[in-house]
Amino acid sequence: MNELLRVEQLGVVFHAARGRVYAVDGVDLAIAPGEVLGLVGESGSGKSVTLRAIARLLHEEAHITGRVLWQGRDLLTLPARALEQVRGAGIGTIFQEPMAALNPVLSIGLQIDESLRAHTGLDAAGRRARARELLDLVGIADAASRLRQYPHEFSGGMRQRAMIAIALAANPKLLLADEPTTALDVTIQDQILRLLLRLVSELSMAMLLVTHDLGVVASTCDRVAVMYAGRLCETGPTAQVLHAPRHAYTDALLRALPGEGAARARLQPIPGMPPRIDHPSPGCPFAPRCTHAEPRCDRERPAMQDVAPGRASACFAQDRLGVAA
Amino acid sequence: MRRLPVSLLVGGTLLLVFVACALVPGWFAPYNPDAFNYTALLARPSGAHLFGTDQFGRDILSRTIWAAAVDLQIAIFAVIFPLLIGSVIGLFVGWYEGWLDIVFGRLVDLVVTFPFLVIVIAIVAILGPGLVNMYIAIATVGWVFYARLMRGEVLVQKHADYVAAARGLGYSTPRILFRHILPNAIRPVLVYSVTDMALEILLGSSLGYLGLGAQPPTAEWGVLIADGKNFFTQAPWTSLFPGIAIVLAGLAFSLTGDGLASLFELRR
Amino acid sequence: MSGDILSVAGVSKHFVGRRGVLDALRGRPMPVVHALEDVSLAIRRGETLGIVGESGCGKSTLARCLVGLHQPDAGSIAWDPAALGGRPRFRASQMVFQDPFGSLNPRLTVGSALAEVVGVHRLRPKSEIGARVRELLEQVHLPADAAQRYPHEFSGGQRQRIGIARALAAEPLMLIADEPVSALDVSVQAQIVNLFLELQERLALTLVFITHDLRLVRHLTERVAVMYLGRVVEVAETQALFADPRHPYTQGLLKAVPTIAQATRPAGPAITGELPSPLAPPPGCAFHPRCPIAVARCRTERPALLPDPAAPGLARERSAPDAHRVACHLAPQAAATAPA
Repeated sequence: MNELLRVEQLGVVFHAARGRVYAVDGVDLAIAPGEVLGLVGESGSGKSVTLRAIARLLHEEAHITGRVLWQGRDLLTLPARALEQVRGAGIGTIFQEPMAALNPVLSIGLQIDESLRAHTGLDAAGRRARARELLDLVGIADAASRLRQYPHEFSGGMRQRAMIAIALAANPKLLLADEPTTALDVTIQDQILRLLLRLVSELSMAMLLVTHDLGVVASTCDRVAVMYAGRLCETGPTAQVLHAPRHAYTDALLRALPGEGAARARLQPIPGMPPRIDHPSPGCPFAPRCTHAEPRCDRERPAMQDVAPGRASACFAQDRLGVAA
Repeated sequence: MRRLPVSLLVGGTLLLVFVACALVPGWFAPYNPDAFNYTALLARPSGAHLFGTDQFGRDILSRTIWAAAVDLQIAIFAVIFPLLIGSVIGLFVGWYEGWLDIVFGRLVDLVVTFPFLVIVIAIVAILGPGLVNMYIAIATVGWVFYARLMRGEVLVQKHADYVAAARGLGYSTPRILFRHILPNAIRPVLVYSVTDMALEILLGSSLGYLGLGAQPPTAEWGVLIADGKNFFTQAPWTSLFPGIAIVLAGLAFSLTGDGLASLFELRR
Repeated sequence: MSGDILSVAGVSKHFVGRRGVLDALRGRPMPVVHALEDVSLAIRRGETLGIVGESGCGKSTLARCLVGLHQPDAGSIAWDPAALGGRPRFRASQMVFQDPFGSLNPRLTVGSALAEVVGVHRLRPKSEIGARVRELLEQVHLPADAAQRYPHEFSGGQRQRIGIARALAAEPLMLIADEPVSALDVSVQAQIVNLFLELQERLALTLVFITHDLRLVRHLTERVAVMYLGRVVEVAETQALFADPRHPYTQGLLKAVPTIAQATRPAGPAITGELPSPLAPPPGCAFHPRCPIAVARCRTERPALLPDPAAPGLARERSAPDAHRVACHLAPQAAATAPA
C-alpha cells in the first residue's frame, strides 16, 4: 500500500512518581495519502498520547520506543532542526482546546504570519495575502479585520477555525487532529467536521482524527483504529468495524451506546472499571471486563491478526462476536 | 507516599530543636539562666560558658535556651488570635460579599498602607508595654491578613458544586460555612500562619528590644539583645547569640511553611 | 390537574455582569445575560423530561431554578401541594451534578456526607441513620465499605453514584440531573443511565434530565423540551419530536448529531452561523439569524410557544398537555422542509 505515514510498534512509557505508566504499547498504524483515519478510545486508552508521540510533542519524561516513518525517515530519531521542518511543512496539528494552543497576547494574523514565515519563502506582502486566503479557506468571513483580532475575541468555533488556518499555513500533507470538536456545541461541531472533510479533499491532505465519539468516527473517517489501555484492538474500514466489530471491546462499546434499542430499555454497560495502565496485564487488558473472555485471555496477549482484507484484530474471540448478539 | 520536601525536613528538624528547648530548657541549659556569677562578668565564650556571659555573669547559652519558651509562646499567641478572628471574618466576608466586602476592602487598604510594626507600636504605646498588651495589639491588626486570605479561598470554594449541593440539601448557612467550606479553605491559611510565626518572632523580639514586649528580667531574645547592646563593643557575644537564635527560629518557621506549601501544592 | 407535579410559568432569570470603569463613566448599561426568558413548562408526576440545548441556552440555569439554587427574576415555579405532602420545598427536588469531582466535599467520607443529609433533616431517628446510609449505598450499587472512604478514592462513575445517593438521601420527589454522564466514558455512562432507570422504577421518581446528548435523550426520556438562548422553542413527546421535529432549530440540531448508523454527513451544514451572545440576544425569534427559512416577521415578532396546528395529534384539544408545542411563526412551512 502507498503509505504517507507508518507507525511501527510505538510505545510510550511515562515515569511517574508512583511508578511506570504504559500509556501506549505496541501500536502499528499506517495512513495513506488523502485518507482520514480515526483513532478512537475512551479516556486513558492512549489515543491522544499516540498522536502526540507521532508529532513528538510529548515531554522529556516520556520514554518513546518504536518507529514513526515519514517519507522514509524516522521522526523519532530526527534531529531537532529537521523535525521542525516536518512539523510545520509536512504535518500540521490541531488540538481540542484552541484557547490553550493559541497565544493569547498575539493577534491571529501575527500567529498565522509566524507559521508562514517559518515554513514558506513568502515576503511580507505575500504572507499577508496568504493569511487572508487561509481565513477564507477555513470559513472566517471578513478576513482583513479578523486578522487583527486576538484569540479571546473569537468564539470557540472561530478559534478552532483559526487554529486550523495556522496548521494549514504551510500546506501540510497530514493533519493530526486531537479531539478537535469535543469542546464545541453540536451544531458548531458539525460545521468544523464538515470544514475538515472539505479541506482534506480540496487540499488532498490525510488526517488522523483522535476522538472518543463513535458517531464522529462514523460520519468522517475512512478507516478506524480502536484503542484500549494503550493497545490497539482492531483496525479496518469504518463501516465494517462499526457494524461488524471483530474485537470484543469494540463490540461491547457499541452495545453500550444508547441507539437503536427500544426507548428506556436498559443499556448494556461494560461491567467493571476502566483499566489501570500502571499495572499492565500480561494478557489482554480488556479481559477482566470482557464477557467473551476465556482463560488464556488473562495470560496470553492476543496478537494483531488480519481477519479480513484491510481488517485486523487482536482478539481471541474475534470469530464468536456476531453470535452473542 | 509523596516525598517530603527538603525545606520541610530541614525546617521541621530545626523547629523540633527549638520546641525541645522551650519545653524542657533545664535539660539543655548548663546553668540557671538568672544566676549571677560575679567571678565571670562579660566572659568571652569558652568551654565553661559556650556563648559567654553578660554583665552579671549570667550564662548566655542558658538564657538563650530559656528564652526559646518565651519566643515560641510569642509565635503561637501572636498568630492564633489573628488566625481565629481573621478566619471567621474572612469566611463571612467571602460568603456574603456585598457591602460587607466593600467595608472590608477599605479596611484592608487602611491597614496595608501603614507598616505593621508602626501600628502595633502605636497600640502598645496606648495600652502600655507587656506581652499581653502586645498580643492584643497584634491581634487588632493581624486578623486582617488572615481574613483577606480566607476571603479569597471562600470566593473560590463557594462556587464549587459541593457547596451548591449543600445549599440544595437545605443546610443552614453556618453549617455550610463551618462544616463544608472552612475545612476546604483553611489549608493555605494554616500554611501562611506557620510562615507568619517567623515574622511574629521577629516582631516580638523587636518589641522586646524596644522595651515594649517582654519585660526584663524575663529571658527573651529581643530583651537579651537589648541587654547586651551597651557592652556590644567589648562583649559582642551578649547580643550576637540571641540574634542568631532569632534568625534560626525565623528560618525554621519559614522553611516549614514553604515545605508545607509545596507539600500541599499551594500556589504562592 | 392532569398530574402536574410542578409548573414553571413565565420564568425569567437575568445575570448582571460587571462593567469596567470606563464603560460606567460613558454611561453604558451593565451587561445583562439573559439566561432564561419567559420559560413555561409543566412537569408531570413520574415522567422523565429531557431538556436539551447547546451552551448558553439556559438549561443549567433552569435546573438551578428548579432546585431553588437560583430565584427567578420573574414568573413562578409552583409545586402541586398534594404531591408535596407537607415536605419542605427544597427537599422535593434534588440535583445531580455534572462534575463528579467538584460536587462532593473532598473532606467528608461518603458515609458522613450521606448521614449528614439524614441527620440534619431528622429523616430517621439517630439509631437508624447507619442503616439508612447502608440502604442508600445499596440503592446505587456501591459496596457498604464505601461509607468509610473519601471521594478521591473512587472513579468518576462511582462518584456519580455517590452524588445520586446523596440526592436520594433527602427523599426527593424529583431528581434534576444536569449533564450527569457527560464527564464519563461511554462504557460507564451506560451504567449510570441504567441506574437512573432503575431508581425511577423503584422509587417512583420524577426525573428531569438535562443534556446536550440527543442520543441519550432519545433513549431515556418520555418528553423533551428544546431550548435556545434562554427560551423553550419546542416541547413534545420524545418519539414525536425525533420523528417529526417542528422547529427549524430542532431540525438542524437533530441533523447535526453524528450517529453511527449514518455513514456520511448529509450535504450542507445542519445549521450555519455561530450562537449569538446571550448578552445581546437577537430581537424577534432568537434563532432567526441562523434560520434557513426566516422571514421578515421573525426578525421583529417573538413567536409564542403554542400547540402546533400542523402536528398530527391535533384532533385533541389544543390545550391538551401532551400537545406538540413549538415557538415558530412558520411551523407548518418548517415541517415541509424537515428531513424525511
